[in-house]
Amino acid sequence: MIDVDPSLVNWSRAQFAFTAMFHWIFVPLTLGLSVLCAFFELIYLKTGNEEWKRITRFWMTLFAINFACGIATGIILEFQFGTNWSNYSWMVGDIFAAPLAIEGLFAFFIEAGFFAVMFFGWNRVSKGFHCFSTCMVAVGSNLSAVWILIANAWMQNPVGMLFNADSARFEMNNFAEVVFNPVAIAKFTHTSSSCFVVGATFVIAVSCWYLIKKRHVDMARKSIVVASVFGLVSSFFVAFTGDESAYVIGQKQPMKLAAIEGLYKGERGAGLVVFGIVNDKKVAGDAQDAFLFEVTIPQALSVLANRELGSFVPGIDDLVYGNAEENIMGVNTKMEKGKLAVADLTAFKQAKKDKDADAAEEALARFNVNEEFLGYGYLDTPEEAVPPVSLVFNSFHLMVVVGTFLPLIFGAFLFFSLKGTLMEKRWLLPVGIFSSVLAMLAQQAGWVTAEVGRQPWAIQGLMPVKIATTNLSATAVQVSFTAFAVVFSLLLIAEVSIMLKAIAAGPEGHRK
Amino acid sequence: MISNLDYVTLQQIWWVLCSVIGALFLFLNLVQGGQTLLWQVAKTKTESALVVNSLGRKWELPFTTLVLFGGALFAAFPKFYSTSFGGAYWVWMLILFSFIIQAVSYEYRTKPGNVWGAKSYELCMFINGSVGILLIGMAVGTFYTGSAFSLNDMNQVTWQYTLGGVNLRGLEAAFSLFNLSLGLFLVFNARVLGALYLLNNLDLTPVAAMEQRLRKAVLTSFICSLPFLLYVVVSILLRKGFGVDENGVVSMVSFKYFFNLLALPHLLLSLLAGIGLVTWGVILGAHKGSLKGIWPAGLGTVLVGLCVLCLPAFNGTAFYPSTFDLQSSLTIYNASSSEYTLKIMTYVALGIPFVLAYIAYLWKKMDSQKLSIEDTTDHEAY
Ligand code: HDD
Ligand code: HEM
Ligand code: HEM
Repeated sequence: MIDVDPSLVNWSRAQFAFTAMFHWIFVPLTLGLSVLCAFFELIYLKTGNEEWKRITRFWMTLFAINFACGIATGIILEFQFGTNWSNYSWMVGDIFAAPLAIEGLFAFFIEAGFFAVMFFGWNRVSKGFHCFSTCMVAVGSNLSAVWILIANAWMQNPVGMLFNADSARFEMNNFAEVVFNPVAIAKFTHTSSSCFVVGATFVIAVSCWYLIKKRHVDMARKSIVVASVFGLVSSFFVAFTGDESAYVIGQKQPMKLAAIEGLYKGERGAGLVVFGIVNDKKVAGDAQDAFLFEVTIPQALSVLANRELGSFVPGIDDLVYGNAEENIMGVNTKMEKGKLAVADLTAFKQAKKDKDADAAEEALARFNVNEEFLGYGYLDTPEEAVPPVSLVFNSFHLMVVVGTFLPLIFGAFLFFSLKGTLMEKRWLLPVGIFSSVLAMLAQQAGWVTAEVGRQPWAIQGLMPVKIATTNLSATAVQVSFTAFAVVFSLLLIAEVSIMLKAIAAGPEGHRK
Repeated sequence: MISNLDYVTLQQIWWVLCSVIGALFLFLNLVQGGQTLLWQVAKTKTESALVVNSLGRKWELPFTTLVLFGGALFAAFPKFYSTSFGGAYWVWMLILFSFIIQAVSYEYRTKPGNVWGAKSYELCMFINGSVGILLIGMAVGTFYTGSAFSLNDMNQVTWQYTLGGVNLRGLEAAFSLFNLSLGLFLVFNARVLGALYLLNNLDLTPVAAMEQRLRKAVLTSFICSLPFLLYVVVSILLRKGFGVDENGVVSMVSFKYFFNLLALPHLLLSLLAGIGLVTWGVILGAHKGSLKGIWPAGLGTVLVGLCVLCLPAFNGTAFYPSTFDLQSSLTIYNASSSEYTLKIMTYVALGIPFVLAYIAYLWKKMDSQKLSIEDTTDHEAY
């Protein structure tokens, strides 16, 4: 093993987090707006009303402005696994890369092909084929989410694979398990529906601005009806799948769940913290209170995590130091077994090199006993297995608060639109604009929960991030990080400015 | 049928598939080539609009093909992906940056409020078409010239080339005349393709002067590409190669690639046919007043690309050789995914013809009508 510099690891993480979160500014809008564009065009196709065509083309213009940045920021993520996480790429490429390749082949080419028809095909193909192309762009974008999320879910819950001691890497042995990973299903359903919500709030926000300015009133009202129906349905689904995600975490990543809830001492019939201020000084194993202040719903966490009243939810202390009563093996014990596994693997490799078949076989047999704890062998202390609690707790709670309010906001818009009194409810219009900011924030917060909550693992339980990096100098990553920061900021400034101009120009707006 | 394929066959199939994707990428570089021609062939606003809009309807194809190329290599040859991308860090980073800036340029170039001005976006396109392609050529060149890296027991890569204490992380590939020549050949060939594509795609009647410039560009770019092509081909025939024996031991073998060509005559054929087809395309474009030069030239590029990518991988050759530690060199047999994964991916690859078919279908449908000046003033135009 090459000794890694901790600052290299941190810079690599920072770069990945920065680029991924930047990509995630644009992707939710792409996923949501592509579906809404398809809805608008379907209505046009059905009614033949030119007004709907105008509406469709307007939202498509905004879609395209956003899409460009999504693509620009996406390419780097695909290659960054190689450039910055090359050890990771080698160790798990056999499994992890398959969904990425499938995404490239199917999803991105569907998008790339039909995007051109959707934008430039108005006078070149039939109405029906055009509408089909718009739908295919929506399908393509959401398909890309399927595959990338299968890849991501595999990092959270590695399944369908075996460790091959000969090649010293993980190899796939069951593709179906990788694809139908329960975490992947929870991730895709929750992520795609939450992206639909973002699309809906975006359409509502822009429309509200027009209503405040009393411009394009008819288009804005029509758009709001479609968006609020779509948003309302999606937001219920978000809450439902969010609950499902938490359940899956409870089963597969109990440490993440404990961090999400700031739960140090596991208990039966655990309560769910609705609101709390995390005590930053608290560390695993000490006697301090986890919260400076908190409001809890009794029993709720047990139900969320196990679907059972009074069931036991392990806390951070139980997971780190073990809890014999509840039959939980602590990280400390897993580390001991892990260290044995690492040593036996080294012995196995050495024996192979020395062409000593007997010794190799023995070492392999010993290794197999502790194989599943291999990743723990690379940890230095048991406490290292605890993710940053307050960041995870706060992001999760921010997301849930937003998730609770969004259905109310969509409901209000739908209700007043149908009653025809939307224009009288002036107070609602700024709320509509604000809701899109909230939805975006919830998106970022959701990913921080998911990814930071997975720390210190790159692959849950198998590979800590510190052994996943490329052997680079920290300076190299600092330089590339800075370059990304500069280039992406320039892109964002341009995109926001163009977007605002296009919104100000409205559906009639022609260039120059 | 796929379930009966043995491991070695699967590994070979996957190298060929990756090479096909790479070769198609080189054909689609017509977009990048066209980008570098913008300032040269388009002298008026209308002409620029025609060029940008014509290329703009295709720009996603090379981009997505590059993404797929990366994804396919990652899935099929993860050790190559981790060694090359992690090792030659700066080469790949710069290539990626050149594509990042391209991706927004079409959409934002003429949009009101684009902050940085049309010229900056045109510059981004130019950089993508020149520096981007040059670097890709250099990276491919290292398949023949090798790189200075070593792999340890756990297959972690350490890049060994330093200059004045600074690890150049792959940029040192520029110190090889071979790598540079391959890169420059690709840049000029992309320009040939770009000009031929524009001739084919645009309604040229109102812009006769630009047509003349395009035809001239076909010829001059082709002539510029020839010395580099010649150097690359001669050098391939004469240089020592990285041979691998039955035990997987790598050693330098004289005239390795020349012997590979003799042992794999279909690659030789593909190279010669490719060069011939490109030349034919150029003749059509430059002299005959034909609009169809892009097709032979495009097919020719794919054939040349296939030969360049397959030649250093087959017939017992290490395709990603290490000059620092010969035994760290990668071959398609020691760098690939497991047999199971390759099998699964081969099933997936059955989808490739369908993807190609609908891309071709959409291309035909959209391009059956030449791009006209009206198209450039359309609501969605770039
Ligand atoms: C508009 C955005 C949005 C909203 C309102 C919500 N979520 Fe969410 N959430 C996401 C957007 C999101 C996301 C960005 O899409 C994430 C990040 C990773 C993922 O799988 O989806 C996510 C992740 C995520 C995770 C972590 C998944 C993991 O670690 O694998 C949980 C437990 C929840 N969510 C639960 C909820 C609950 C209970 C909500 C209350 C209604 C909620 N989310 C609202
Ligand atoms: C398939 C999808 C994804 C994969 C495979 C993935 C993979 C990774 C990897 C390799 C790292 C660096 C190692 C680590 O620190 O854990 C990371 C970190 C991170 N990713 Fe993701 N990521 C994905 C999606 C996303 C998205 C879409 C976002 C947010 C928008 C995101 C947010 C983060 C954050 C915030 C970190 C930093 C965590 C930390 O180190 O503190 N990820 N992810
Ligand atoms: C939850 C996670 C992600 C989802 C749902 C997602 C989805 C998408 C979508 C819809 C696009 C189309 C362009 C656009 O965004 O406007 C896109 C672009 C892209 N994404 Fe992501 N992405 C995610 C994270 C990632 C990650 C982690 C990677 C890296 C492996 C990645 C790689 C790419 C690439 C390479 C592109 C450009 C490809 C092209 O269209 O040619 N994405 N992504």
